[in-house]
Amino acid sequence: MFNLNALELSSLIRERKLGAAEAVNAFTGAAEKSGNPYNTFITVSKEYALERAKAVQARIDAGETISPLAGVPVALKDNISTSGIPTTCASKMHDGYIPVFSAEVVDKLERAGMIIIGKLNMDEFAMGGSSETGAFGPVLNPWDTSRVAGGSSGGSAAAVAGREAPLTLGTDTGGSIRQPCSFCGVTGIKPTYGAVSRYGAVAYASSLDQIGPIGKNIDDCAALLSVISGPDAKDSTCFIDKPFVFGDARENLNGVRIGLPRNYFAAGIEEDVRHNVTAAAKELEAAGAIIGEFDMPLMDYMVPVFYIIACAEASSNLSRYDGLKYGYRSAAAKTLSEVYRLSRSEGFGLEVKRRIMLGSFVLSSGYYDAYYKKALQIRALIKEEYNRLFERFDMILSPVSPTSAYKIGENIDDPMKMYMGDIYTVSVNLAGLPAAVFPCGFDRLGLPVGVQLIGNAFSEAKLIEAARVYQRRTDYHTKTPGGEAK
Amino acid sequence: MRWETVIGLEVHTELSTESKIFCGCTTAFGGEPNTHVCPVCAGMPGTLPILNRAVVERALRAGLALNCKITQNCKFDRKSYFYPDLPKAYQVSQLYAPICRGGHMEIEVNGEKKIIGIRQIHMEEDAGKLVHDPKSGGTLMDYNRGGIPLLEIVSQPDFRSGAEVIAYLEKLRETLLYLGVSDCKMQEGSLRADVNLSVRPIGGEMGVRTEMKNLNSFKAIGRAIEYESARQIEILENGGYVIQETRRWDDDAGESYGMRSKENAQDYRYFPEPDLLPIEISDEWLDSVRESLPELAHRKRERYMRDYGLSGHEVSVLTGHKNISDLFEDISKQSRNPLESARLVTGEIMRLLNVTNTLPEELSPDGRKLAVLVELLSARKINRNAYKEAVEAVFTDNAEPEAYIAQKGLMMLSDDNAVSEAAGAVLADNPDAAADYRAGKEKAFGFLMGQTMRKLGKAGDPDTVKKILKEMLDNQEGA
Repeated sequence: MFNLNALELSSLIRERKLGAAEAVNAFTGAAEKSGNPYNTFITVSKEYALERAKAVQARIDAGETISPLAGVPVALKDNISTSGIPTTCASKMHDGYIPVFSAEVVDKLERAGMIIIGKLNMDEFAMGGSSETGAFGPVLNPWDTSRVAGGSSGGSAAAVAGREAPLTLGTDTGGSIRQPCSFCGVTGIKPTYGAVSRYGAVAYASSLDQIGPIGKNIDDCAALLSVISGPDAKDSTCFIDKPFVFGDARENLNGVRIGLPRNYFAAGIEEDVRHNVTAAAKELEAAGAIIGEFDMPLMDYMVPVFYIIACAEASSNLSRYDGLKYGYRSAAAKTLSEVYRLSRSEGFGLEVKRRIMLGSFVLSSGYYDAYYKKALQIRALIKEEYNRLFERFDMILSPVSPTSAYKIGENIDDPMKMYMGDIYTVSVNLAGLPAAVFPCGFDRLGLPVGVQLIGNAFSEAKLIEAARVYQRRTDYHTKTPGGEAK
Repeated sequence: MRWETVIGLEVHTELSTESKIFCGCTTAFGGEPNTHVCPVCAGMPGTLPILNRAVVERALRAGLALNCKITQNCKFDRKSYFYPDLPKAYQVSQLYAPICRGGHMEIEVNGEKKIIGIRQIHMEEDAGKLVHDPKSGGTLMDYNRGGIPLLEIVSQPDFRSGAEVIAYLEKLRETLLYLGVSDCKMQEGSLRADVNLSVRPIGGEMGVRTEMKNLNSFKAIGRAIEYESARQIEILENGGYVIQETRRWDDDAGESYGMRSKENAQDYRYFPEPDLLPIEISDEWLDSVRESLPELAHRKRERYMRDYGLSGHEVSVLTGHKNISDLFEDISKQSRNPLESARLVTGEIMRLLNVTNTLPEELSPDGRKLAVLVELLSARKINRNAYKEAVEAVFTDNAEPEAYIAQKGLMMLSDDNAVSEAAGAVLADNPDAAADYRAGKEKAFGFLMGQTMRKLGKAGDPDTVKKILKEMLDNQEGA
């Protein structure tokens, strides 16, 4: 069961060859018995899941068609609010906080008959690229448990790679779905900004965050994206008019124009990553695509611009944690200003505090024009550059990360190095574009390497078709840590 | 040295929308603490604001009425500061692209007209309220008010006296009421003004200003301006200098004290609110708001005088509150008798509001019913006493006028026989008075008239009584 795709699982459930509760028991039981081997689960919501499974099963038994993913267990990154189930953001600051409402995606999952089995580990408040900054310790990479799973959605990627959940949701602010997918050898989609409601996803950087699916292959991810996408009256930045519907049309990629940013492959990229990503481009070319090279403009500005904007928004979004209304309050605080100062000093971890400081600085009077306003201007230029590129290309193929998964602790004290690891992913968020990530090979240590296809806004269908053609021609996505699937 | 006071105002007014600016919670005043609150206005993690279109609509109305230029692509910004009444620790407001800019309003003080510039109007959310808990000695938070929509109307520093400030506030209040933008109840905090004040030698360089907060009535504003102006002049005359600071007015003590100076000034770290898209105000939307603007009080005053020939006093009573002028126009239109309608509203209706302790905002009588009474009076179907009684019945019990008049027998007797009978009886009972009248004492006629009217009750038509009584007296004389 653990190696089945989500769509295979759901057809077994639909044909009543497998009970929804059986699936829940299998996945939650495994997580419990094996003692959370990759430190992926922060909360296992077994009781809740079994209750939901019962209700969904009754509808299936009554012959009702709910959705293509009905009955399938799903686990969520722990910054997605679940009513009545702790939502920790992997932060001490969320100590004791239980949301009184659910994220819109949670409601959409439940309407589709999917069953939430737990909440997954991550970087604290999604700030980090290695899932090491959270209050619950690092997520371990199932391919090599001495290595990081990537971040910030490390728990979501590792849970799929480790066969602990058939599907998960992550969030992507600057690469937080894509980089862990690459590190863990799984497939994921960072949707167009505005395709999926952000309501209930605890905000890191509001103008960049998107929730997206992670699974074993692109078809599972596409099915999950269909479920979670669509308009939401509670999020005015969710401007898609109806949920995605994806077909299954293409046999090949004849005539599809794919751009390859030459300068992404120049300096700073590991040889094995370069080799595997280049090979992926060749594979797509063999499937009929027309590959054209170009130099990506403004590359040096992407990481600084991203961190200025993301930290500015984060400093504001996280200001609501004042120790008064919910979450952590310092026991030592006696006055109002101590409640603020001590609760925030003790409740937030180092990386989060670093970003709050940086964000407060770039927004403060006298620096706003020099940093934040400049960053917004360059962001607009990056969007324009992408617009121009999509006149020439249907999509852009790029590496996800300059490296494969590194050792736990290796980069944690070097934030600049960590931030530069986001070089290939952040511009996608700055421009609000969709990207699909999928495995395209292994490095000499046997660690997975991923590749991303970036498309124009709301061109998810094209990206999914290309990824599907690729996955029909290759078997990297079927490999599992410790051996082949099936 | 002769000093001049320079004042600018920041007026906050709560908008009279049904729901809050970014969520569906009610804006009703009062309520048990924290009952008009949801995850959005409580600022819980992961929640997002949704802009209430009615707030924009009202801001547009205010801006157009105050002759502002409308920013058709306006945006919200976040203003950050830590305080327990602000659940997100930032207030969603407008700094970089406020909805209105560059307007003005004319005021009149002691017969002199003056134009006051309006720098900008912006939309924002209100904060919650801190409540002292006498039981624990601690402070509790009530977020019912958090997220109620506010307009901040910022004037130019064009005022030179407290009287100008009060005239401006009174006219602004009247305007906002007429526009249906706000109910402007100062006692409920739905109209608040902060005073920015500096002094300078007449015609000299602008001085250092202070900002005065916690001004809860027009009277307090007048007193605070007087106090602050005197305080600053005294400092300067003694060779000192005024510190730029925020001061809090204590109306009981009649003085203010400094809250924070510029050195400790907050850095609000404004930046564009990423959770809301820019607001596109189309020409069509703007035109439809412009067309729906009601006639404002000062225009009504001009029109009432010109078209109806009403007196200055009547006109100012009629336009004192929008509900009053609405009622007047309603009755006037339905009865086609503006003079009698004005007399009714400025007379009986005002008297009834007074004796029943009713505020104009609670005024709710049915204009149609009152118009029926005005028509009956002018058509001489009821007399003035009956009319007053019926007006009161409509005002207090919402009575049906025709039914009430029928039931109480107030319709005037057009039957001459009944009047003759009554008059005959009065003359028979009062032969002396009749004799006096014939002897030329006009006063005696009044007495006989009164006696006859009393006999007929409220159904008596004074004109008919007068005519018949006179006939009878003259006839008897002739007989």
